[in-house]
Amino acid sequence: MIRPQASRTLREIAAPLGKMAVFVVGAGALFSALMVIIAFLCKGSGADKLLLDTQGINIVTYTMVNLPQVLIDGVTLGFVYAAIALGYTMVYGVLEFINFAHSEIFAIGAFAGVEFLIAMDKLGVLAAAGPMGGYMYLVIALMISMMAAGGIAMLMERVAYRPLREAPKLVPLISAIGVSFALQDIIRLVESLTTGQFYRVMPTFGDFDKRLPLFSIPTGQDSTQVDIQVKSLVVIIAAVLMLVLLNYIVNATKIGKAIRAVAQDRNTAALMGVGVNAIISFTFFIGGALGGAAGLLYALKFTRIDPYVGFMPGMKAFTAAVLGGIGNLTGALLGGIVLGMLESFAGAYLGTFTMGAFGSEYKDIIAFSVLIIFIIFRPSGLLGEQVSQKA
Amino acid sequence: MKTNLRTTLRPVGAFLMRGSTPYFMTIALLAVSTILVYLSPRSIPAFLLFAISASLIYFLKLKKPFQLGMAVLVAVVIVPILGARNIFYLEVIFQIAVFAALALGLNIVVGFSGLLNFGYMAFYAVGAYLWAFFGSQQPFLLHEIPGTAPMGTPFLLAPDWFYLFIFLGVIVVSIVGLILGLPVLRVRGDYLAIITLAFGEIIRQLANNLDKPLNLTNGPQGITPIQRPTMPKGILAWFNSICEKIVGHPVTENQFYNIMFYLIAVLVVVVVILVTARLDDSKIGRAWAAVREDELAATAMGIPANKLKLGAFAVGASFAGAMGVLFAASRTFVSPESFNFLQSVSVLTMVILGGIGSIPGVIIGAAVVVVLNLQILPSFSLFLANLRQSDAVIPIINFHWKDLSNQLDPSKYQRLIFGIILILMMIYRPAGILPAARKKRKLQGSMSAGSSGEAEGAGGPDAAASQGKGADRG
Repeated sequence: MIRPQASRTLREIAAPLGKMAVFVVGAGALFSALMVIIAFLCKGSGADKLLLDTQGINIVTYTMVNLPQVLIDGVTLGFVYAAIALGYTMVYGVLEFINFAHSEIFAIGAFAGVEFLIAMDKLGVLAAAGPMGGYMYLVIALMISMMAAGGIAMLMERVAYRPLREAPKLVPLISAIGVSFALQDIIRLVESLTTGQFYRVMPTFGDFDKRLPLFSIPTGQDSTQVDIQVKSLVVIIAAVLMLVLLNYIVNATKIGKAIRAVAQDRNTAALMGVGVNAIISFTFFIGGALGGAAGLLYALKFTRIDPYVGFMPGMKAFTAAVLGGIGNLTGALLGGIVLGMLESFAGAYLGTFTMGAFGSEYKDIIAFSVLIIFIIFRPSGLLGEQVSQKA
Repeated sequence: MKTNLRTTLRPVGAFLMRGSTPYFMTIALLAVSTILVYLSPRSIPAFLLFAISASLIYFLKLKKPFQLGMAVLVAVVIVPILGARNIFYLEVIFQIAVFAALALGLNIVVGFSGLLNFGYMAFYAVGAYLWAFFGSQQPFLLHEIPGTAPMGTPFLLAPDWFYLFIFLGVIVVSIVGLILGLPVLRVRGDYLAIITLAFGEIIRQLANNLDKPLNLTNGPQGITPIQRPTMPKGILAWFNSICEKIVGHPVTENQFYNIMFYLIAVLVVVVVILVTARLDDSKIGRAWAAVREDELAATAMGIPANKLKLGAFAVGASFAGAMGVLFAASRTFVSPESFNFLQSVSVLTMVILGGIGSIPGVIIGAAVVVVLNLQILPSFSLFLANLRQSDAVIPIINFHWKDLSNQLDPSKYQRLIFGIILILMMIYRPAGILPAARKKRKLQGSMSAGSSGEAEGAGGPDAAASQGKGADRG
């Protein structure tokens, strides 16, 4: 016999896992099906002939063979976006305010973690740690990233947003842009004063660069190997764990209830004895911590970071949050995964299908176009209920 | 303390405002600062004094014709001569003019009609690329891979089409503004800000990537050379014959081009100021303010909110279009990096620093930011570089200046400064340095409701002057 509390805990852990699985499989299947249909339509076109000439396979086979790898990349990217998007969406849910500086929180997380790992690398412990030790250090670095990013997010709320809470809506937004810009250069200032350069490279340690072979697809004479990098696996697992934890905190704890109460009605929540300021601070902390962890995961995947690294992922994650329905936690997850897939598909196939006229460099444009289209035609996103549009 | 300061300053202010004093003071200050800048062309304080005394023409209580005359004298005679002596000042003033026009355009969108636009540089980019494409060899290189133009490629248009393209820039870019505005009208507030940001990024990325399938923009390398309009014949010789002695050296053709572009920019700014001021005072301006303050109420009063918002977008964009064409011709080079998000935010910073909705405020904001960017920060960088080379040591913490990181170059920290300006202005003075007249009127209205005497005290130069007179008599 399971006690009600325990069953609830179990449910709050299982439900987001189920949702994630559904989203990943659903979005993956949808995009794959679309791509294959497009490939069939393009059969016999110039792109098809070009592929036959250069690689000896027709366009349908080409699409099919590349699909698994594209899907894996899409999911990895999608979870990173989802983790950042949750920060936007939580703050929006509570304050109805776009925390533009969230992308810099992401960068701070990345820098804090990478600096720690570089220091460990210099001490020589990373090299000596071996694969299991590598995971341990990564977990420690993640903790540091989360603390630093969450702390800065709280500080930022206290300094730049709290005085403006009752001001017209555009005022805190402009202040947030200011915070974003100031933080970028503060990171740069600190880095260049302490290390003499403003970008950092993630040290290589553990077995994160290893590729695990999954299966191979026979294509004519030879076969294409499908594999997944350990890093990508780590990114996915870490993101999934964090998302489950967040879901648990928000939906099954007392403080989560307080957050939801403040999101629904700040004044009434205050009357019911909820410490509104503390809860808003805590929301910023959680959102910041998630963003910071995502920053370190991003650094793990793409290795090089600079103070301006947050802008693009931040904008993409914001797109993801809007895509899913801003203010809606499940929506942010869905939006992140869909956007990650979209980008991965565009990056992989756009160049081939247009014969090199439009390459993968258009993936940013596609993401931004999705943002614009969604804001204009469905501002409530894929899942969100109608958001009020008070200017 | 504050009131004490005000009461002690009041007689001084009154003295400055009374009778013929402001006339003498303007002329004297202008003369002194002109001589100072003339004698030491590299000194920044002298230049700042000159800038301040030039702006005093506007702020002191002078007769309109005198103000106009002095402004024309400064703009057409003094600045070109000083600028020919030190071409860098001309660059500073040219940039002030360009950014003032941009900031005034953004001011119509953000200040008058209350639509936040983070992608304003996109319009500027469209204008710049318009002339960059038609005024260069690019139309003949559509099928080439990006790179520098081969020797002997002809130009599509004669250089003097430039003047037509300023107007064309206005038209084309205001159409682009309309196209962006149409869908954008469905959203409000922060969502609008994000959409415009995304739009700005899309335009920049398009400029970056449209080097294939057709090489329209030459990709990240940018388009160069872009033609400049031909100089009127003999004008250089004429200028040199008059001014060579004063300037101290003969002015070269390239330097004279700077003067010419400066004059065109000033002309455009004057037109922009006139248009903006007339719009602000017109029925449209009032309707914009109504929509900004409460759209629902405005619509209920029969104001066509959507049309007005579209209009604001188009007018604001058109200024950027004209300046974009001018920018492309004056630099003879455009690249996507000139139109990034940092630039959009720097124009926004000018508007917010100077005062949202206030025309003189926005111009002052543009001047402050440009001077900060071009003069104060670089000279601070230079100062640090010199310190780095010296053997100086900070005594107590025993820090050797030469150990200071080479990366620490203040002129690269514009973002920090813009960021801090934006935050501080939003928290402490959201109306800006020189708040808009309408806001001031509102403030006075509420004060006069409290006590009528206080309202007079806050009534600007007039009231201060009359009170000062009273104090003198007493």
